[in-house]
Amino acid sequence: MAIGVRTKDLRKIYNSAPPFAAGGVGIPRAGARDGKRGKAPKAQVVALDGVSLEVEPGEIFGLLGPNGAGKSTTVGVLTTRVRPTSGEAWVGGHEVWKDQAIVKRLIGVVPQRPNLDFSLTAAEILIFHGAYFGLGTKERNERAATLLEKFKLTDRANQMVRGFSGGMMQRLSIARAMMHDPQVLFLDEPSAGLDPQTRILLWEIIREYNQAGKTILLTTHYMEEADALCNRLAIVDHGKVIALGTPASLKASIPGGYLLRLRFGKQPAELMTGLQSLAGVREVRPQDTTGADVYADRGGSLIPEVAALATSTGAELLDVHISEPSLENLFLHHTGRSLRD
Amino acid sequence: MNWRAFGALLARDAHVAKRNAVQLFFQTFLQPLLFVFIFGKVMVRSGYMPAAYKSLLLPGIMAISMVFTGVWAVAMPLIAEFQWTKEIEDRLLAPIEDIWIAVEKVLFGMIQAIVAGLIVLPLGWLLLRPIDIGIHSPVTFSVITILVAAFSACGGLALGCSMNQQHIGLMFSMVLTPMIFFGCTYYPWSALNAFPVLQKIVLINPLVYASEGLRASLVQGFPHLSTIAVIAALIFFDILLLAVGLRQFDKKAVS
Repeated sequence: MAIGVRTKDLRKIYNSAPPFAAGGVGIPRAGARDGKRGKAPKAQVVALDGVSLEVEPGEIFGLLGPNGAGKSTTVGVLTTRVRPTSGEAWVGGHEVWKDQAIVKRLIGVVPQRPNLDFSLTAAEILIFHGAYFGLGTKERNERAATLLEKFKLTDRANQMVRGFSGGMMQRLSIARAMMHDPQVLFLDEPSAGLDPQTRILLWEIIREYNQAGKTILLTTHYMEEADALCNRLAIVDHGKVIALGTPASLKASIPGGYLLRLRFGKQPAELMTGLQSLAGVREVRPQDTTGADVYADRGGSLIPEVAALATSTGAELLDVHISEPSLENLFLHHTGRSLRD
Repeated sequence: MNWRAFGALLARDAHVAKRNAVQLFFQTFLQPLLFVFIFGKVMVRSGYMPAAYKSLLLPGIMAISMVFTGVWAVAMPLIAEFQWTKEIEDRLLAPIEDIWIAVEKVLFGMIQAIVAGLIVLPLGWLLLRPIDIGIHSPVTFSVITILVAAFSACGGLALGCSMNQQHIGLMFSMVLTPMIFFGCTYYPWSALNAFPVLQKIVLINPLVYASEGLRASLVQGFPHLSTIAVIAALIFFDILLLAVGLRQFDKKAVS
């Protein structure tokens, strides 16, 4: 039976810069703590600022956010690699920190950067992984062969992984995570650095694994990936969940849905009020002194009216960018920043 | 405690060691055997050293080989695997508490150190024959050998989890080399009678107890530190280094 994952008020404060794998930097705190005498004061970094999530059994759940938002730290806590400063994390009925060994048995983890055992060949990596999880010799050999085949690595089975390309390492990392047939699969930025073909293979494999009744939690900063794969999503920024729901419901929550990013030569006040009064415009947000983000329920058909308005107010229209309803827009709407910023 | 996982971790390390066996052999034995050859054979036969020096030297060489092997076997993989790639993470995610992964490393390091010690002894004996050396008390010898192996592997854990890759050279020149030279390996502790202050200072060096203990159990007729003191000191250092090592390991393993 599928099992779920949940966290409650998870906070994580690093007393020095978090490790690379935990996703770079969060919010530097104003009040840096004074270190012991003679030492430089350590900066505290808040990586998680009260994250509460509930991932249902058998769903594909996505954490979407920019680098440093706290996605990897959340995964780190749930996979026993990061000790939370406060709060609770559960995998199924087990509290992660208290029942480490049991939780490790239930989960499979694909890290952000491949951490393959460089002293072993591809096949040995899978076989020893199976052994750590108590699989018998026959079973682990068979499973390893099947997974190598599935991930198109059979011809590399007996090579040391040191010379593997990034994509091959990533595929092997995923195969390894599936080796002990975990109930919950964590994938941290699984498609970062993959070519489009491999990405599609990966998506298929994730869906198939999910159809076998497994719960999947993935992090991504690719909107397309979140959109294509996830049943539900949490949008995270600065260590907080800022929006939660299905991709469709999240997109529907953006006023209008369409986003027109406009740039003008100059920006007279009447231009802004004019934009606001155009049919279908839901929200106008001035950007800097020469631009505006316009949320509207139509896209291209608004442009002639915008252009006419610009001409009549003497503000030259320099640039137009139309985005269709997307999670990218949603993120921008909530944070004022682009996902890729 | 998950014994199957623990066994699989040991099997993995054994597999890797087997793959690197030739390299490991030369790395472990070349230097001590060259030392044995020059100081025990060349210098003795040419008359610069008395013949008795041979039996004094060999236990020290055994101690060096064991300590070097144990430290190397535990520290080097840990330094590499905790580095940039964090490749130890696949084992940290094995269904077993983190601490047992460190314990497994120590146990495997101990086994390697014991094997190194038990190989260097007959090899040295072959080179130096005739030599007045023998296992007079098998129990004392076994206890001391195991304690020395534990000290080297625990030291490897503590060093390996405290050092970065760029400090490996420093570890050898600043920690291991002075330890070896002030470790009563090439001379007995009683030879320092002429240097009373130094004789007291070297007592903080755990290798002193390793050399003296092995010498006491292998060679008769030389004055040495009391076996009880040696065993007590080795147990003390084993526990201290294990505690420090496990603490450092936990710091590295969990952020």
